[in-house]
Amino acid sequence: MTAAQIRPTTPEPSALNFECETGNYHTFCPISCVAWLYQKIEDSFFLVIGTKTCGYFLQNAMGVMIFAEPRYAMAELEEGDISAQLNDYDELKRLCDQIKRDRNPSVIVWIGTCTTEIIKMDLEGIAPRLEAEIGIPIVVARANGLDYAFTQGEDTVLAAMAQRCPKQAPTKTEEKEERNAIQKLLNFGRQTEEVTQAEAEYADHPPLVLFGSLPDPVVTNLTLELKKQGVKVSGWLPAKRYTELPVIEEGYYSCGVNPFLSRTATTLMRRRKTKLIGAPFPIGPDGTRAWLEKICSVFNIEPKGLEEREAQIWQNLEDYVQLIRGKSVFFMGDNLLEISLARFLIRCGMTVPEIGIPYMDKRYQKAELDFLERTCNEMGVALPRIVEKPDNYNQIQRIYELKPDLVITGMAHANPLEARGIDTKWSVEFTFAQIHGFTNARDILELVTRPLRRNTNLKDLGWDKLVKEAVEV
Amino acid sequence: MKLAYWMYAGPAHIGTLRIASSFKNVHAIMHAPLGDDYFNVMRSMLERERNFTPVTASIVDRNVLARGSQEKVVDNITRKDREEHPDLIVLTPTCTSSILQEDLENFVERAQLDSQGDVMLADVNHYRVNELQASDRTLQQIIKYYIEKARKREELDTTKTVEPSVNIIGLTTLGFHNNHDGRELRKLMADLGIKVNAMIPEGATVDQLKTLPKAWFNLVPYREVGMMAAEYLQTEFGTPYVDITPMGVVETARCIRKIQQVINAQGVGVNYEDFIHEQTLHVSQAAWFSRSIDCQNLTGKKAVVFGDNTHAAAMTKILAREMGIHVVLAGTYCKYDADWFRAEVSEYCDEVLISEDNGEIGDAIARLEPAAIFGTQMERHVGKRLSIPCGVIAAPIHIQDFPIGYRPFLGYEGTNQIADLVYNSFTLGMEDHLLEIFGGHDTKEVITKGISADSDLNWTHEARTELNKVPGFVRGKVKRNTEKFARERGLSEISLEVMYAAKEAVGA
Repeated sequence: MTAAQIRPTTPEPSALNFECETGNYHTFCPISCVAWLYQKIEDSFFLVIGTKTCGYFLQNAMGVMIFAEPRYAMAELEEGDISAQLNDYDELKRLCDQIKRDRNPSVIVWIGTCTTEIIKMDLEGIAPRLEAEIGIPIVVARANGLDYAFTQGEDTVLAAMAQRCPKQAPTKTEEKEERNAIQKLLNFGRQTEEVTQAEAEYADHPPLVLFGSLPDPVVTNLTLELKKQGVKVSGWLPAKRYTELPVIEEGYYSCGVNPFLSRTATTLMRRRKTKLIGAPFPIGPDGTRAWLEKICSVFNIEPKGLEEREAQIWQNLEDYVQLIRGKSVFFMGDNLLEISLARFLIRCGMTVPEIGIPYMDKRYQKAELDFLERTCNEMGVALPRIVEKPDNYNQIQRIYELKPDLVITGMAHANPLEARGIDTKWSVEFTFAQIHGFTNARDILELVTRPLRRNTNLKDLGWDKLVKEAVEV
Repeated sequence: MKLAYWMYAGPAHIGTLRIASSFKNVHAIMHAPLGDDYFNVMRSMLERERNFTPVTASIVDRNVLARGSQEKVVDNITRKDREEHPDLIVLTPTCTSSILQEDLENFVERAQLDSQGDVMLADVNHYRVNELQASDRTLQQIIKYYIEKARKREELDTTKTVEPSVNIIGLTTLGFHNNHDGRELRKLMADLGIKVNAMIPEGATVDQLKTLPKAWFNLVPYREVGMMAAEYLQTEFGTPYVDITPMGVVETARCIRKIQQVINAQGVGVNYEDFIHEQTLHVSQAAWFSRSIDCQNLTGKKAVVFGDNTHAAAMTKILAREMGIHVVLAGTYCKYDADWFRAEVSEYCDEVLISEDNGEIGDAIARLEPAAIFGTQMERHVGKRLSIPCGVIAAPIHIQDFPIGYRPFLGYEGTNQIADLVYNSFTLGMEDHLLEIFGGHDTKEVITKGISADSDLNWTHEARTELNKVPGFVRGKVKRNTEKFARERGLSEISLEVMYAAKEAVGA
């Protein structure tokens, strides 16, 4: 990448500027995490304990997935539950018995909602008693809209799961095989001597556990990237099955793959006594390289061939980068991936006037924030303003003023902005698309450039603004 | 507690928001936690709305839980009043906020003092009513508010218009084909020489509400929304209402005859018989369709109908009475209004099912094995699973049920649309069935294989496993691109590394 020719339009602030607005913004409810977690953890069942409002949201947000016999359901609270005429324990037991009978899962995850918070239903108290009675582990996660936004739902679930990871490696070999799915995947049924030989490919370092739910192909991909550096991934939270949760012993190292996992990180440090590797996130080729380098540096491994690998990826991205170089992008903020995506897009040559974000954990994201700052300096662009708990109404006024080339936003604002001649990309797609690692960098740009490519196709038709009233600026 | 996977009608606040956002220049403020403003997404997506949905949330978070909303709700109302100058702001409680038991009425009173526009609190109980009941209630509440306001200011004009006129009540945003039905009803009224005094709530302003008493009568096309408003206007001003849904040839005629009766009772003499005759025989193709050979083939075929009261009842009658189809089961999810449904359909079907449980309907369909289903999106998916065709006739609906083309269900053009829907559902099923009997269109064995069907390349076990994880609809493309990549580089084996390299290079 050549250093961009774009001049900063505003005087360059010396450090990142953090602001906090009213919190009147649109995002998904954190219970939406069941949509991808039930698919990730194949033997789980998610029970959302809430009202019709929660159910309606899930039903509409998950679209066609609803019809595919999902392993999730609502425990819909009725008036008798709210006024405590019914006994919470008995009610939950009845429902969980039914789930056990119909689906026989290896774990039931209870998702606490706003309503269970307000009526102070003691889910954490009921769960262990019920667990003993029905013989299925019950994990409680309070993924509610009072405290969290969208992807933070996964954080609450993984933080609760972290407590369930086995404390000691099992001694029996059969058990070990069953548990170590990633290892098995890497060894692909090779004989033991071959495996022992394969072990030699790794540097001698303390066990590393990665956390964050990613689609299986991305897990394989990142695991192999680390393997190339001689780093062995001992386990991944979450694994494909609840019964395969990784062993976490005191002194293990842990590293996150997503920016919204601060509670999980805290739990792994404080409760499970792991050492957290604070790295930028493997999003974009720059992020992936920085992530790998940081892990290597912690284990005193000299990274091999990463510079060339990154350059190669950038070269393959050039056709897409050309489309966005010099353009500006405005993040309204709703899924906490914003800092990493902005950093990557700045490296692609874009300018970012504003990064909206629901919640900013400056400690957990420290390496990523530093990386963002460094990227801005290297590319010679102004540092973005980072707006925590944004106010969508104010943001739209700023969008009218700044006229960014692209707005990354939720579906509530996308069509109205398009109708006013402003290109938008629906932010939720970034949570479901594969965006991690070197290999998937192209997918991020595929998403980012799609509105620009589409509108280039339509450019000459003169259909830019399709609302009758003049936009008040 | 109830174990639920799916629901037919949404929570109460959705109904209130549908009414509020149907009016022009009315803003709704939800007292709700983060993420409950999903209504905006639905409106923006399903209706492809060009404007920002006039709904914002006054967020209930941890602080509100600890200290109460205090100034927050009031501030949010007055702020919105300044920013967008709506005529009316409707404060909308949600199920979460309703258990907080804050004195929202008091917030509304305080906000009213500092607001230019009007402010009101939607009066619905979230644990007792659903979306449909709430919309009915909110519409009545808003009408009553503006009637009383006008009366207080002595601006209420109750003299009837000179020519016969009508209020069409109950067309809303996110309603099933409501915008097309609105256009069709306007046309029908014009054909009948009846002036449309007001059409509410979709597209109306709250200012128009004080003119409602000027109409000669009210027309309520849907059972679910508008009945309470029509009854209120009848009690207050003696305005009669017509609540026959003009869906299907016979019901449309019945609706027009009832209108004729209502108008003539007010001193003019209209006769719509010739109009009905002309439309039935020549404008609508539905009557002719029932007579045609196509429809003869449908005689005695079994169908299951399920939906909201309006559409399921009308559809049952159309199938049974106008097309000779055997309706083995008709059902509704409007449990709260089950008696009405039973009375409407009992003579036209074998069995009536009143249920909100999608499993129960699915089981009934599996048991009855009809040749076609007419239901909601849920029944469409049941049909898919059982290989039974399904026409969608009621909400809950997806984006494909908000067509851009003109697709009314009501009036004479509506009868044409319904005939197509029914006929297409059945013939598709028949075609499928025949194909099965005769072993498909093309019984010759395929000799030439596709480009990638046979390949000289060797996929390693890992790569093959990885390929199988790629979703089916793109797997072929990924395979072809990867092999092309390997061939170009003279690689004979495809390993995981080659797969990733191909993806990095060509986006395979």
